[in-house]
Amino acid sequence: MPEVAGTAAREEILRRIRDARVPAAAPVVRGYHREGPGGVELFAERVADYRAVVRVVTDVPEALSSLRGKDVVAPDDVPDEWLVDGVGWLREPLSIGELDRADGVLTGCAVAIADTGTIVLDGGVAQGRRALTLLPDYHVCVVRADQIAGSVPEALARLQPTRPLTFISGPSATSDIELNRVEGVHGPRVLEVLIVT
Amino acid sequence: MARNPVTWLGSPTFPKAARVALNDTQLRQNLRKATGTIRGRRAAAVAEMDDWEQLRVAGEQVKDDVLARLDTLLVQLEESVTARGGTVHWARDAEEANRIVLDLCRAENATEVVKVKSMATAEIGLNEALEAGGVHAVETDLAELIVQLGDDRPSHILVPAIHRNRAEIREIFQRRMGVEVSDEPADLAEAARTYLREKFLTTKVAISGANFAVADSGSIVVLESEGNGRMCLTLPDTLITVMGIEKLVPTWQDLEVFLQLLPRSSTAERMNPYTSVWTGVTPGDGPQRFHLVLIDNGRTATLQDSVGRQALRCIRCSACLNVCPVYERTGGQSYGSVYPGPIGAILTPQLVGDMHDPQAASLPFASSLCGACFEVCPVRIDIPSVLTHLRAEVVEAKGRTAESVAMAAAAWVFGSASRYEKAQKAGALARFLARDGRITSLPWPGSKWTSSRDVPAPPAQSFRAWWKENRCQK
Amino acid sequence: MALFATCLTDTFFPSTARAVVRLLERLGCSVDFPLEQTCCGQMHFNTGYRDHARPLARKYTDVFMGYDHVVAPSGSCAGMVREVHPTLGTSPPRTFELAEFLVDVLGVTDVGAWFPHRVTYHPTCHSLRMLGVGDKPLALLRAVKGLDLVELPDATHCCGFGGTFAVKNAETSTAMLADKMRCVLDTGAEVLSAGDNSCLMHIGGGLSRLRTGVRPVHLAEILASTEEDPWRATP
Repeated sequence: MPEVAGTAAREEILRRIRDARVPAAAPVVRGYHREGPGGVELFAERVADYRAVVRVVTDVPEALSSLRGKDVVAPDDVPDEWLVDGVGWLREPLSIGELDRADGVLTGCAVAIADTGTIVLDGGVAQGRRALTLLPDYHVCVVRADQIAGSVPEALARLQPTRPLTFISGPSATSDIELNRVEGVHGPRVLEVLIVT
Repeated sequence: MARNPVTWLGSPTFPKAARVALNDTQLRQNLRKATGTIRGRRAAAVAEMDDWEQLRVAGEQVKDDVLARLDTLLVQLEESVTARGGTVHWARDAEEANRIVLDLCRAENATEVVKVKSMATAEIGLNEALEAGGVHAVETDLAELIVQLGDDRPSHILVPAIHRNRAEIREIFQRRMGVEVSDEPADLAEAARTYLREKFLTTKVAISGANFAVADSGSIVVLESEGNGRMCLTLPDTLITVMGIEKLVPTWQDLEVFLQLLPRSSTAERMNPYTSVWTGVTPGDGPQRFHLVLIDNGRTATLQDSVGRQALRCIRCSACLNVCPVYERTGGQSYGSVYPGPIGAILTPQLVGDMHDPQAASLPFASSLCGACFEVCPVRIDIPSVLTHLRAEVVEAKGRTAESVAMAAAAWVFGSASRYEKAQKAGALARFLARDGRITSLPWPGSKWTSSRDVPAPPAQSFRAWWKENRCQK
Repeated sequence: MALFATCLTDTFFPSTARAVVRLLERLGCSVDFPLEQTCCGQMHFNTGYRDHARPLARKYTDVFMGYDHVVAPSGSCAGMVREVHPTLGTSPPRTFELAEFLVDVLGVTDVGAWFPHRVTYHPTCHSLRMLGVGDKPLALLRAVKGLDLVELPDATHCCGFGGTFAVKNAETSTAMLADKMRCVLDTGAEVLSAGDNSCLMHIGGGLSRLRTGVRPVHLAEILASTEEDPWRATP
């Protein structure tokens, strides 16, 4: 019975759309910039504007010393060299409770956007499932210089839309009180971006 | 047909509601501060982009293309979502949509659900319908939470609690959460984090809206800031997304336009903290049951109107609210709808679809036609033109009124220069009302003017009389 | 060229229209005032009486057809003619707001005016957003001898007039007016100028009610004022 009702609604909505006879639209003119200048420097500056921690490094293991003494989640396929000594590494399978109790999470990313200071995760290599980068309060994200796209259009072109994507621009924040931005609500309150050159 | 809950039952007409709001000193102060802050920030964020106008044009064109091919694109979206393991539902009106969502919650034996801020679900009155059906919906966006805990109504599209300042929010939190908290925004945010954490970790069903749906890939996009969206979109077993049928973009590439337009227009950021994109169900990551509910609720009727349909381009950024001088003084609740401000003044009456409804019919007049809304709209909705278009519909629906008689008389006078000249001379007699060249009091309806403004006394000689006297004989 | 005085200025502010004539003739223009003109239909159109606006739009085209340029001392009426009349099925002749005409068509910013007063300028919404007049009026004012131009805070904010909005939503209109007046008073100006007598009637009506002593003066009257023939307040 509900199926039949659903079909009727679908048909009626589609019929009403057709009845509106909206004229065909002009082709979209993409007169905006599709490419941005990009670069490590601009990306680092834009990430920092969100009050995230940004460091340009050459040696990832050395840069991870800040994680010492913490319980840190690492997706299955992070490079072995990232799993430095002195850190309580937490590996999948992890329950929601275990993720919630973790001090931090270490991941890579799929793409970054210089123009907007954004990192994008797509569940690919060194990123894990989405909950991993959500529940721990401290997210360290390693970005290779060659992963930085200049602009939003360049970044989207590099991404596969059917993968689960998370665009991250700074730590969790809100503008809900007097329309002023305050960092730190439900997502990780500290975001540290390591740019590897 | 049931009444469309996009307007709140029993709301007075705009001028009456505005009168009450204008007397609320605290509200005036809160709105002035908040809108002033965001106006400046938006202007700076937009000034950074030397291709902003080109992006606006592209945004307008992509959305017009969506409206022109809406049937095809919706079917395409349905196919893509279904192919990826999601289920698509169609709802003609609010009642139908609410029943679908309630049935889905019941099928999961859910008595409590977590919600991501969503205009579509606010528009259809979903929370109330779920509550009536025994399902409690917990709002997780900070501003929505403030409204929900304060037993209040929203007053802004992006920031429903914009009418509240930090001291008022503190009071609501202390009363409803039973915690001691300061009025520092960071502490208030922390209180919300603690309050909602357990709900996020244990609730099995989440309900969201959608900022965009990509027709060709079936991807749904939600932009947010706090991470409450990510919590709802990834932790529960079941996700129900309620979306207006117009929120489509044809292709993934089209999103590049809106991911640039929306954050700068709404929160004045280069990019909002979190944007989630998901397509149907991803095994091993996130909800394993996904339902997409497509709602019409007045949209196809709006689509019939060649002028008014541009309101369906709206991406709910709320830039028009923040620059609107009327909104700044009256606040959002005066509009009696979840869609306030300039966009609300054109969208709400169209979704209601009944110009005989005095409240909805008062909304197109809630504007001085200053055009600030059109100037900032990222998808170039010509709100002033739609306002005057809808005013004409209201006038038509009302038929003969004292105003229409006066307007007809004025048009008749203006129709001929000789009639106009006679009227000018007759009007000049009003000089006897004046003292020191000004008139301070007129009978109704002129009293609406003279309650706060003087009127200049009509001069003894009109310009045309002067012209005839000085130039015509030459 | 022809002058479209607008019904409001013709009836209530004849000194503005006389100033336009004086100013344009001083700049070498031959000004005509076709007596058949009445109203552009803006009030009707903006209030929802499109059907009454249509014959007025037609009448406008009939009256002014044959002139190279039409000049109106009003941004909103010029905007009505240029932006709205075509949507009502007419093709009006080229119509300009005064400042546009002076700067764009005549190519002058210094019109040889003299106005020894402290002035602040309100750029009316339709001049600003519908016509895109920009800072042309300010350029004209800056070139006026003796004039002390002070910047109006929040200048681009609407004054709250909005035609019938001022009576249909009188309380909201008054709240907007109050803020505009506060900004005007903050400047310490003696004179508030604008390119539209409708907004000036609204703001000026408020300033008069409060006995602020600030006088509304149309841009045309400032630009027409010279040392030989200075502006005089009309009673």
